[in-house]
Amino acid sequence: MKIVVCVKHVPDAAADRTFDDSDHTVDRTGVDGLLSELDEYAVEQALTIAEAGDGEVTVLSVGPEQASDAIRKALQMGAVKGVHVSDDAIHGSDAIATSLVLAKAIEKLDYDIVLCGMASTDGEMGVVPAMLAERLGIAQVTLGSELAVEGSTVRIRRDGDVSTETVEASTPAVVSVTDQTPEARYPSFKGIMAAKKKPVETWALADLDVAPDHVGLSAASSAVSATQVRPPRTKGEIVTDEGDGGVKLVEYLATQKFV
Amino acid sequence: MTEILVLVDHVDGAVRKPTFELLTLARRLGEPSAVFLGSGSEQAKDSLAAYGAEKVYVADDPAFGDYLVAPKAEALAQLVESASPAAVLIASSTDGKEIAGRLAIKVESGLITDAVDVVAGPDGAPQTTQSVFAGNHTVTASVTKGTPIITVKANAVSPGEATGAASVEALTVSISDAAKTARVVERRERQATGRPELTEAAIVVSGGRGTGGDFGPIEALADALGAAVGASRAVVDSGWYPHSYQVGQTGKTVSPQLYLAAGISGAIQHRAGMQTSKTIVAVNKDEEAPIFELVDFGVVGDLHKVLPQATDEVNKRKG
Repeated sequence: MKIVVCVKHVPDAAADRTFDDSDHTVDRTGVDGLLSELDEYAVEQALTIAEAGDGEVTVLSVGPEQASDAIRKALQMGAVKGVHVSDDAIHGSDAIATSLVLAKAIEKLDYDIVLCGMASTDGEMGVVPAMLAERLGIAQVTLGSELAVEGSTVRIRRDGDVSTETVEASTPAVVSVTDQTPEARYPSFKGIMAAKKKPVETWALADLDVAPDHVGLSAASSAVSATQVRPPRTKGEIVTDEGDGGVKLVEYLATQKFV
Repeated sequence: MTEILVLVDHVDGAVRKPTFELLTLARRLGEPSAVFLGSGSEQAKDSLAAYGAEKVYVADDPAFGDYLVAPKAEALAQLVESASPAAVLIASSTDGKEIAGRLAIKVESGLITDAVDVVAGPDGAPQTTQSVFAGNHTVTASVTKGTPIITVKANAVSPGEATGAASVEALTVSISDAAKTARVVERRERQATGRPELTEAAIVVSGGRGTGGDFGPIEALADALGAAVGASRAVVDSGWYPHSYQVGQTGKTVSPQLYLAAGISGAIQHRAGMQTSKTIVAVNKDEEAPIFELVDFGVVGDLHKVLPQATDEVNKRKG
């Protein structure tokens, strides 16, 4: 079983994230970055599947130089090799262009399963796995809160808005998993040392036959005209419960016409 | 007249509220046409007319229910190619966003997800507002390529009634074998609780770690207020309440008129799911809890005492 797991290097959600003033793209330099927390679940599932059979996990990331940190983390966890697609022309790419670059890179790799997280923690669109399935022309088995692989069959539990579904497909397939799957492992000391010797290939757009004018900010199919910081909420009245906290709460709700 | 396609979100013909919101937004941009995929269109037709649908495109194929997402995206793409609408609006649901993503690739068009507002821009084309980075920033954007495909969050607008002709047009769609690869082998409807749906509710009462796993006081106050119940991630991870009630970055995003957080500290991941609520109220034992930075009104106290008293008071005032 050959698994390619797609990961994204994102600005830390706990830090003060912002936009670049000049082009409205996410500011990736002023904030510390890391492997997206939601992608760690995908790495964990990939490793679990690989360990249960005779599997091999390749970690793939598209992003600027710092994205190699996200790849290294996945290698420390247990992936065997990494592929880093990096090209200045990619800066400002939207999900459509990102899925194109990922799909072209995946086509160059040997795979049975492409594993993704449910969404990035910065853009949070959650559409790239579906787009990858569309582009690769293979089954889309996405948003799994449980994942099982038996032979060449993948099966997930998908918690939809009104129902819970069991979805099944034969490989090859694009699979995405939610944060309801088991927590990711921490890299062991041995894993950290071993990762230093693991191969990471760096590919540019030219290696993927992707024309530079199909990606990046200029090729984006949507345009941001403004970004604004939401005015911070002003802290309202805080009372301490002295036996009448519930009544005071309802008195407030009544002034706002909720009661 | 400019045609705007609205994909109907329904369960066997019972149309879900976000669809009426989409029809309301579509009327700002042009003439709404509802796209009904699956069975039950007869049942849905009147309600779609009541929110201004001039046309209802109907296609039914067993593949829509038997396979995940791809067949619906294919049918919608065929309609977009033949009808050339000015925009396509889809609910930001689990399936909706993935249908939109596949559609954008198929018809080579731009995609905007999770809009919290859609208006006609200076050139008449849709202009969207999105709330990003845990609700700390708002982004104004528009699609610049192809047919704008926009997914819209629930509660972006109050559904406004308007009479539409809802003339039915049957669609002939062909679903390829490639779209029939991810089989839905089982589907279990979620049990009805009798409470409003979380993402659609005007009031949400949420419980966190401070409940200690006892959601009795949360549910009682929710019922007194006619509210939906929500939960923090800590609660869901502890197995105290089901995941479908989780509010936050990886759960549901809610934007009700009133959000009442009890025993929730207010981590950034939780704030991402509720920060755009109109009024926020919190009850927490810890006066240093970050949730108090956001609230319009807060009570420092034990939710197991404050909530039951509040429930009694609400019931008393209701007489």
